[in-house]
Amino acid sequence: MSFWEVTVQLADGFGVTLLLFGITLVCALPLGLIITLGSMSKFKPLRWLVKTFVWIIRGTPLMLQVILVFYGPGLLFDWPALPRMTAVIVAFIINYSCYFSEIYRAGIESIPKGQGEAGQVLGMTKAQIFFKIYLFQVIKRIVPPMGNEIITLVKDTSLARVIAVTEVLKAAQDIVGLKSIIWPIFYVGAFYLLFSGILTLLLNYAEKKLNYYNG
Amino acid sequence: MAFLDVKNIEKSFGKTDVLKGITFSMEKGEVLAIIGSSGSGKTTLLRCINFLETADKGSFTINGETIFDAQQSYSDKEKREKRLHFGLVFQQFNLFPQYTAFRNITLAPGLMRIKNSDKKLSAKEKSAIQDEINNEALQLLKSVGLTEKKDFYPCELSGGQQQRVAIARALAMKPDILCFDEPTSALDPELTGEVLRVIRELKGDDRTMIVVTHEMNFAKNVADKVIFMADGVIEEYGTPAEVFENPKSEKTKAFLAKSLEKI
Ligand SMILES: Nc1ncnc2c1ncn2[C@@H]1O[C@H](COP(=O)(O)OP(=O)(O)O)[C@@H](O)[C@H]1O
Ligand SMILES: [Mg+2]
Repeated sequence: MSFWEVTVQLADGFGVTLLLFGITLVCALPLGLIITLGSMSKFKPLRWLVKTFVWIIRGTPLMLQVILVFYGPGLLFDWPALPRMTAVIVAFIINYSCYFSEIYRAGIESIPKGQGEAGQVLGMTKAQIFFKIYLFQVIKRIVPPMGNEIITLVKDTSLARVIAVTEVLKAAQDIVGLKSIIWPIFYVGAFYLLFSGILTLLLNYAEKKLNYYNG
Repeated sequence: MAFLDVKNIEKSFGKTDVLKGITFSMEKGEVLAIIGSSGSGKTTLLRCINFLETADKGSFTINGETIFDAQQSYSDKEKREKRLHFGLVFQQFNLFPQYTAFRNITLAPGLMRIKNSDKKLSAKEKSAIQDEINNEALQLLKSVGLTEKKDFYPCELSGGQQQRVAIARALAMKPDILCFDEPTSALDPELTGEVLRVIRELKGDDRTMIVVTHEMNFAKNVADKVIFMADGVIEEYGTPAEVFENPKSEKTKAFLAKSLEKI
């Protein structure tokens, strides 16, 4: 098979991988923040509930969660199954929201208490203290760990195959099996490298931009 | 009637009684120095006055108006309004690192007078207020001698300069009483002078101030009244001459002897 033919066959897989990556990122970033607020809530039962949930999600494989979201509703409650791609996206968003929430939490907790107190004695509201004082400092601190998670997400997209969603790696493997050629795997490997390489450059750029001050 | 009247403030953390009934008053334009060994409750007292802690018992008034009474509970909004009678300068400055010196000073006044304003402001009114805030901030920077550092970030300033920005930031909210919690304790010895000088100049402008300090010479020469705190009570109160030259309590004598020894 020619390079062009393989590319055409992989096109849908590329699409699935990029879509899964993009939607997960866009939804999990804000959702993670909401989970963080829950896990830092002053209301104990809520905090306990959210922390337990995060513990379960972080303590079990993402692959298991994908399987559960797809088969669980039907087998447990007789509900209609979600479309495969939707099930994958839902599982990914839940999983990554929990990871992000822990990064946010660590970021928020790393800001010295005096910052919030300075805002308080200057008469700021809680929301103003969060948005005007904390948020930026938190973002600056979490860009490196967030970067790691985001790069991991690029590679985790390959787990979608577990419920037969053909992302790009599955698509390549199908060609390998069918045509007995190995190079499509390298092709896809190069794609992952390029993808995560571009993200790394973007994240480094952001990190540099945020480094206009120390602390 | 005194300007600030603090009555019987008590505060404990769990089983530790930190403040055991603090009562004092001060007049407008007075500088009150609070001295005492570490752990005696000086910071906690300032934090209670500034609503960073809620006292368990007691009350305080400014000009006869009750600002805090432990028997009442206050909503966040009420606390926010009441604490603006006071300003607080922290030992660790606590400047906002992402903003320039200028923005550190203008941020809170802008939020209070534009965002938190009860009435709806037109764009024109907003920009007029903002101009006013900016001009005041420039004035304040000038008065703490940092006009040139306007656009510097805190990390680009020395500790003494950061603390002077922090003082300007607190003044921008026009508090009735400005509190300082050991404003020079985090500074290298050669930088304490510039901060103490600024505070002394504020006294010239008739600012009412409460200064918790370990600088005995400052307390002696700048303060109108001195409180010596020990174990959560006011052990001694009087003019600097009374407290330093003629202390009545044994604890005060011991403390003063020890702090002179260091020098
Ligand atoms: N948030 C807190 N929780 C528990 N104990 C506290 C807290 N804040 C202060 N303390 C205790 O209160 C006592 C007085 O502290 P502080 O007011 O900081 O004294 P000072 O400023 O005079 O050194 C200390 O024993 C300190 O350990
Ligand atoms: Mg203290």
